[in-house]
Amino acid sequence: MTEADLLIIGGGPAGVTAAIYAARKGLDFLMISRDIGGQAAWSAGIENYTGCQVVSGTELTAQFEAHLKKFNIRLRQPETALSLAREDGRFVVRGEKDTYRALAVIAATGKRSRELGVPGEKEFLNRGLTYCAVCDGPLFAAKDVAIIGGGNSALDAALQMSRIASKVYVVDSAPVFTADNILQDRLRGPGNMEVLHNTSVSVIHGGRFVEGIRVSRGGEEIDLPVQGVFVEIGLVPNSDFAVIAGRNGKGEIRVNCANETDIPGLFAAGDVTDVPEKQIIIAAGDGAKAALSAAKYLTAL
Amino acid sequence: MKKIKVYSTPTCPYCIRLKQFLKENNLIFEDIDVAADRAAADEVVRRTGQMGVPVIDIEGELIIGFDRERIKQALGIAA
Repeated sequence: MTEADLLIIGGGPAGVTAAIYAARKGLDFLMISRDIGGQAAWSAGIENYTGCQVVSGTELTAQFEAHLKKFNIRLRQPETALSLAREDGRFVVRGEKDTYRALAVIAATGKRSRELGVPGEKEFLNRGLTYCAVCDGPLFAAKDVAIIGGGNSALDAALQMSRIASKVYVVDSAPVFTADNILQDRLRGPGNMEVLHNTSVSVIHGGRFVEGIRVSRGGEEIDLPVQGVFVEIGLVPNSDFAVIAGRNGKGEIRVNCANETDIPGLFAAGDVTDVPEKQIIIAAGDGAKAALSAAKYLTAL
Repeated sequence: MKKIKVYSTPTCPYCIRLKQFLKENNLIFEDIDVAADRAAADEVVRRTGQMGVPVIDIEGELIIGFDRERIKQALGIAA
């Protein structure tokens, strides 16, 4: 059992910024996180973070870490919050490694890749199926691959793989892509690309590694002989641990403009919340607001 | 000092973090870019039975991913 006045859960732009503000306010706080950087760490190029004309996710993460190190912050990493409860006027967070008690909590746990939910998905993870094209893409050189999705990250992955793989299928469940027009225009360039709209994945099959996927288009079943499957169908909030907080239909924690949830003392910031836009700079700004709100809350106790 | 090899791609954040971690601990390692070296890519897939990076090879012991705790243990680094 570890105690602090404030517990910050998450180490992405929201959590890191909250920690910096909490440190400057002189709060007694503890930060727990799976990693530092969160989803931002996975961005190839960030061009809309004020003051940085172009910065990679890795560089920005390194700067976050350096900024945190300026303060003497209690950080438990890697640690994942499993549950959040209110007991005897305090919050109790059970993690994988320890249990934490705090007077106030900031949930800044972000989002993770959405899963397809089809047979074979779990079995073939890292054996042909990946949620990170930018990481594992080069291992599929001269192989046939399928990108699942139709948004920006799916088309980014498709364009990246068109330069590495032999054949690239883009399997999109919608009738048209939702990706930005500039990406859709670029997709028409490579000759090794085949797009299937209105098509959903039914099963991923293979032996030791992926050998193919079966897809369904208007009742027609098609077998695509691919060795790689890149799932890029969006994100889901990491809010499962916070069932006591009010959440919207997408599972995002509801917050007001001061980053307060419907439970006094519980604050939330960044992509895990129902904030309308999911951006690094917005998450960072909300992290600051959440820390300042938490500081006010603790002072008034 | 133990012989360390890292199989990585230039664009994977955990590969970069893993290499940073080794450098911070003053460890010397051979960095194998599987994006540039197709034979090494095939070899790491064959040896680990999976297709993800990073993979670290510590004197023949293979650890998949940036698994800080296991890597520390294998290298005898204090917490």
